[in-house]
Parts: sequence; C-alpha cells; structure tokens
Amino acid sequence: MKYVDEFRDPVAARGVLAAIARTVDAIGAIKEKPIHIMEICGGHTHAIFRYGLDKLTPPGLEFIHGPGCPVCVLPMPRVDEAVEIAERNGVIFTTFGDAMRVPGTKKSLLQAKADGADIRMVYSPLDALDLARRNPNRDIVFFGLGFETTTPSTALSIQQAAVEGLSNFSVFCNHITVPPPIKALLDDPFMILDGFVGPGHVSMVIGTHPYDFIARDYGKPIVVAGFEPLDLLQSVLMVLTQISEGRAEVENQYARIVPEHGNPISIAACNDVYEPRDSFEWRGLGEIDKSGLKIREKYAAFDAERKFNIGYAIASRALAEPDGCRCGDVMTGRIKPRACPKFGRDCTPEAPLGTLMVSSEGACAAYYQYGGAQLGDVA
Amino acid sequence: MNAHLRPPRRLSATHVTLAHGGGGKAMRDLVEDVFVAAFANPGMGEMEDQARLTNAALTVPGARLAFTTDAFVVDPIEFPGGDIGKIAVCGTVNDLVVGGAAPLWLSAAFIIEEGVDVALLRRIAASMRAAADEAGVAIVTGDTKVVGRGSADKIFIATSGIGVIAPDRDLRASAVRPGDVAIVNGPLGDHGAAIMIARGDMNLSTKIVSDCRPLGALMEATLAAAPGLRAARDATRGGVASALNEIAAASGVGIEIHEAVLPLRAEARGVCEILGLDPLYLANEGTLVAFVPECEAAAAVAAMRATDAGRSAVAIGKAVVAHPGVVVMNTMLGGRRIVDMLVGDQLPRIC
Amino acid sequence: MCLGIPGRIVAIADETRKLALIEISGVTREVNVACVAPQDEPLAKLVGSWALIHVGFAMSLIDEEEAAKTLALLIELGEAQAEIEAMRASAGEVVAS
Repeated sequence: MKYVDEFRDPVAARGVLAAIARTVDAIGAIKEKPIHIMEICGGHTHAIFRYGLDKLTPPGLEFIHGPGCPVCVLPMPRVDEAVEIAERNGVIFTTFGDAMRVPGTKKSLLQAKADGADIRMVYSPLDALDLARRNPNRDIVFFGLGFETTTPSTALSIQQAAVEGLSNFSVFCNHITVPPPIKALLDDPFMILDGFVGPGHVSMVIGTHPYDFIARDYGKPIVVAGFEPLDLLQSVLMVLTQISEGRAEVENQYARIVPEHGNPISIAACNDVYEPRDSFEWRGLGEIDKSGLKIREKYAAFDAERKFNIGYAIASRALAEPDGCRCGDVMTGRIKPRACPKFGRDCTPEAPLGTLMVSSEGACAAYYQYGGAQLGDVA
Repeated sequence: MNAHLRPPRRLSATHVTLAHGGGGKAMRDLVEDVFVAAFANPGMGEMEDQARLTNAALTVPGARLAFTTDAFVVDPIEFPGGDIGKIAVCGTVNDLVVGGAAPLWLSAAFIIEEGVDVALLRRIAASMRAAADEAGVAIVTGDTKVVGRGSADKIFIATSGIGVIAPDRDLRASAVRPGDVAIVNGPLGDHGAAIMIARGDMNLSTKIVSDCRPLGALMEATLAAAPGLRAARDATRGGVASALNEIAAASGVGIEIHEAVLPLRAEARGVCEILGLDPLYLANEGTLVAFVPECEAAAAVAAMRATDAGRSAVAIGKAVVAHPGVVVMNTMLGGRRIVDMLVGDQLPRIC
Repeated sequence: MCLGIPGRIVAIADETRKLALIEISGVTREVNVACVAPQDEPLAKLVGSWALIHVGFAMSLIDEEEAAKTLALLIELGEAQAEIEAMRASAGEVVAS
C-alpha cells in the first residue's frame, strides 16, 4: 500500500530507534528519571501498542497517554441522550462503530439496539445522508463525534443537507477541539510533561499554528506526527532532539499531509456550521471552556438537540464517575492503567467500568489487549 | 405402493407460508421438492424418521465416532463466495476433519421465516449439495420448520455431522508442545471481509470472496506428509487469534507468531486499514491453524500447497515455553505485543 | 479522530455533489472531495492524485515531494544503522575467529 508500507519499514525503524536511544542517552534520561512525552491522540496510543513501540524505545523515555480519544471522553449523560433519541419513534440513529459500546448510566447504544432501537453503524456521515434521502418518512440522526479531523465531514454533510432540503436529517453534535484540553493539562501543576507528539490528522484540518502557544507560552516542544510507526518514531526523535538542544518549537513531521495553515475549505465549513459551546464536559476531565462545538442557529433545523428537545441546556450535568474509576487520572497521564485499582479486575473489556476500557483507543483497553493485563511484562 | 416408487412432489408456491411448516401436504411438497430432490443420496433410504447407516470404518477396533453440531445464522444469506448453505456444510465438515476424522454424514434442520422466496431455498439447497459432494459427505436427514414473519432472519440452519476417526489418529490441542510449528493454509480474513462488504453498511466495493470450502482433502494430505500433526483448529468466528488462544489455553504452551509472514490478500488488508480492523480477528470459513512437530513442518507446508485449499500455506510461528497460555506477536517493526481473545465483535473505529 | 488512510482518486462520480471514486488496496468507495477540490478547475484534475481519506472524505492531498523527503531521511537513518550493525557483526566474527 503506497504511502503506508514505506512508513512501516523495519530497517528504517531500527535506524530511528538507535537515534532515539543515543539522544535519550545524551540527555541523560534513565528509567528512574525519564523524559515524559505525551502522545495526545488516541490513534497514536493505539499505534504505539499495536506495534510494540513502548517496548522498543529506551526506558529513559516514557509515553504519557493523552486525552485525545473522542469516544473515551464522551460523558455518560451524552450517551444517555443519544440512547433517548435513538429510542424515539421513527428515528434511525446512525453512528460510528466504536461509539456503540460506550456505557451510559443505563445502557450503551449497542444494548439499546438489542432492545429494539433502530441504530445503524455507518462509516461516513455521507451514508447517513443517503439513508435520509431513501427514507423520507423517518428521522435520520447522525451521532457527530470526534475532534477537528472529523468536524469538517459533519459540517459539510449538514451543508449538503441544507442544500437539498433534507429536513429529516439532523446531527447530535458532540464534536470537541484539541487545543483546550492541552492547555488544561499544561496548566495542571501536577503534570510533568517534557514534550508532545501532536495529532497529525487534526492538524491536516487546523494546521500547525494552533499549537504555537505550547512552545511560546509553556516552553514545550511539539511535533505534529503521522500515524505509521515510522512517523511516530521520527516524531519522538524530533521531540527528543529539541529537548537535547534546549529548543521549544512547533515542528511538522507529517508535512506530506499537514499543510502549515490547514485546510481552508474544512475550516470555512466548520466556521459556517458550528460555534463553540461555553463549556463542554469531558469525561474524566470535567468541564473545559470553549472545547465543544454546537450547531449554529443558521442550521438549527439540522440540530438534533433542538429537534428532539434534549441536551446541554436541558439536562442537568454533574454525574459522578463510577466508584473507583480513575479514567480521568489515566487520561491526563497522572497514572498508568495498571496503577488503577480496578484495572483487570473490576474493569475489563468484557465488563468495562470506564470508557478507557471500552474504546479500542483507550489507554486501558490498549494496555489490556496488547500488553496483557495479568501477565506483567511478558511481551 | 413403495414410497420411493411414487412420483416426487412438486412445489408450486413461490413463497414460504406457515402452512409449509404445518406437517401436512404443503410441508411434504416443500421438503421433497426443495431439500430431498437436492440432497438425494442412498443414505436417505426410504425416508423414515431416521437415517439408518453403516460404514465399515466404524467397525474397526479402536476407531472412534466423531460427532459435531453447529448452527448458522449468517447475514447476508448470500454473499460473494457462498451462502448460508455452503457455510453450513463446510463448517460442519471442517469441525470433523480438523480432528482427523473422515467425514461421512450430515443432518440439516431449517428454520425458515414466513415469506421467504422459494427460489432462494432452492439456491441454498443446491449450494449445500455441491459443497457436500466436494466434501465427500451426504446429507441424510433433516427437519423443516416455518416461523412467523420477524421470528427468524430469513433462514437459520442447524446441522450435525458424523465422521470416523481411525485408530491411529489422536489429534488434540493439549498435545501441542514447545517447538511445534503453527501453519495456516491460506490468507486470513477473506470471509469476514467479504461479509462486511456484502452487508453494505460501509459502502465499500471490492472483489474479495469468502474462503468458504471443505478442508478434508487438505487435512488428509497434510496428515499423510506429517503424521505427527498434533492438532488443527478451524479459524471461524474470532479468527486465527481465537484459534491460537484456544490451543495455547488447552496445551499450556505459549505461542509466538510473526506479523511479517501472515498471509493477507490486498483487498482484505484494504478493508482492515480503512475500517481499523485487525485481520487476526476476522472470521474464516476455509482456513485452519495446524500445529506440527518442527521436523515435519516443511513437509506439511509442501503437502498443503499441493492442494487447492492450501496454495498459500505458510508457517506463521511456533509454540514456546515462555509465557504459557499467551499468544504473542512479533510485529513487523521488531516490537512485540500480545494477541488476546476478542471480547465482543470487532467494531470499525474512527480513531 | 485519527483513522485516515491514503487513497488514490480514480474517477469523478458526481461533479455537483463533489463525489469521487477512490481506491485503496483493491477496495473502492465514493468519497466527498470538497476539501481537496481545485479552485476554478474541473474536478477531473484530481484523477490520479492521492489523498488522505477519513470517514468518506478526502481531507488533504498528499504532497509527493514532502513524502519523498521524509522517506529519504528515514531510509538514511535505517541504512546508517544497518551499516553500524554490519560492522559490529563482522567485528564480532573477527574477535571470535
């Protein structure tokens, strides 16, 4: 596969790994006092474990798994609202696959489907639009989920629905943005972070300048990274090189796909369709200002919250996490999954307590699945 | 008048109704014209309530009867490379042959939803006959029920299968020991990918077809070349990963496999990359994992490659002393990670 | 937010709705190309280009030059390391013999 296989080459990997080891040495980092690099994006967490990169990099380098998993940070009340909409008469509720397993306070979408709600998995909001065209007597609702990578596709779909007058199509908007939680993490006095591996696909939409504040105001390096293992490794090397040279800059490892100023058409569509919510709840992180998006008045007809009279303005928030759940601490990198007392015992992929175990990008699920829960460091 | 001398019943209805499950003339017509006509074989005998069968191999001292049962509910009913009938026959046969049995007879019970197209039933029956012929088995007895609309997803098939295991054979997962080599007979995940495409939800197009096929000839050829073969497992639901985990659990060995050598068709790979699926967990319907002693591995692979079902056979790893019960994969990058059992279904990701 | 895969644009399906057919390892799908559509030029110009595909949308055209540059750096690191390992291996042989 072009543009994929080349970036998985094992010979090149050995080269980058050797360079990483040399640089970690030069910095003087060791297992007891490692360099902390946060990979923000759930897709990067997944790639690290899928390829076993955490075992290939030296002990003086520690990955801190960040909150960039939109499924993981979905608060339970929002899942409840999704289920409520899905269970309304005449609704076809469409969603990405991985969102179906997230537990609400009563049930997940998968369970609601088993109970009879018409919930369908789609690969793209375009498929939801198509369902709306073919089922004029049904209400098609699309579960809009994801960071800036995915916000344009939902926005463009809403614009298309408006052009066609598809009044039976609406979006339950749970889109969130990356810079606010990063700022929240950097402002947290307990966080020890030396650098960031930045979200490559978010950046292909927003460009690299939204991260300037990280280098400028907090003095931390950030390298925007692609998702193949060589991309990740090269980005780690670039962060380490900055640290060893005493620099703090925004660098772009994923230049083949990420333009410096992002994608103007995507950005324009998003500005046309969305406006920021004053605050939005992130599971495990609490309320973060200006981190969520809602659909503008202009497109009110396509806003499922208005259509079904549900959601942020109406429901009461502040739901406590299940007893003992430490998703928030894991998500902000304070503790590793294994340090959570529930990990592998009361919280397993079969019976997850928190979302980090439900979603395949969640750090806990990745640790459990790829790292082996009960076995310590067998691999 | 002898039953087998009267003219066979013809079914004129185009769609199945509840009457066709009622035990009366309508059902008799359906059974005879659709199923009996397609499956016709001496084992059916005079159409008593039971098939009466003999086979010399069963009477050999030390021979064992192999007996398996299965149910099939695949959606969609028809897909590139097969249909529910073909899977029913191949799946049952494969459950027998991976234990070293010579498969002999199958039963097939059909639960049919009211309103199903009779032409669909005929296609499924024909498909089952073709698969049975290829596998060298006969469908000798069956049952038919019709349920109301909505009570079944078009058609469910439940089967059982009987085979005979020769006295000198004793394949068992618990016999796998460190050093044994793991071999698969073909590319992984074709069936799972084909089904996902055929369901249509993802709106993807590709040429991939299910690998659904009987593996009796492959097993016999492999056992002839590698009589020390310890165990084989059909890698159906849960894919090769599940089969490997089952063997590791049963035998207490650890298993190591190598990502770089796993056979995968380009299209199956494409589906997995687009949807974020792991091919190790995709279902197969004509792919098995076999463990053979190291000294017989080359001969086993060669024997498989000489058969239709094993052209891409390859050794993918081996049983080891380390990490008992756990399956570990050496990634193409030189890293290592665990290959655990699946929890629920694999769901496509956006991340 | 991350699962994207490079795909080749092989045909234009609908000029008005900005839909094109892409191909990834023998799998094809209709995707929306609004984000990568050339300004003031027909969509057909896209045929043959590679783009990053995410949830049915072509989000960014792949810059072949940048890809080559990134790859060249990686290959260089890989070759340098391979040389080092080869030297070590042969040094080991010398010592052993």
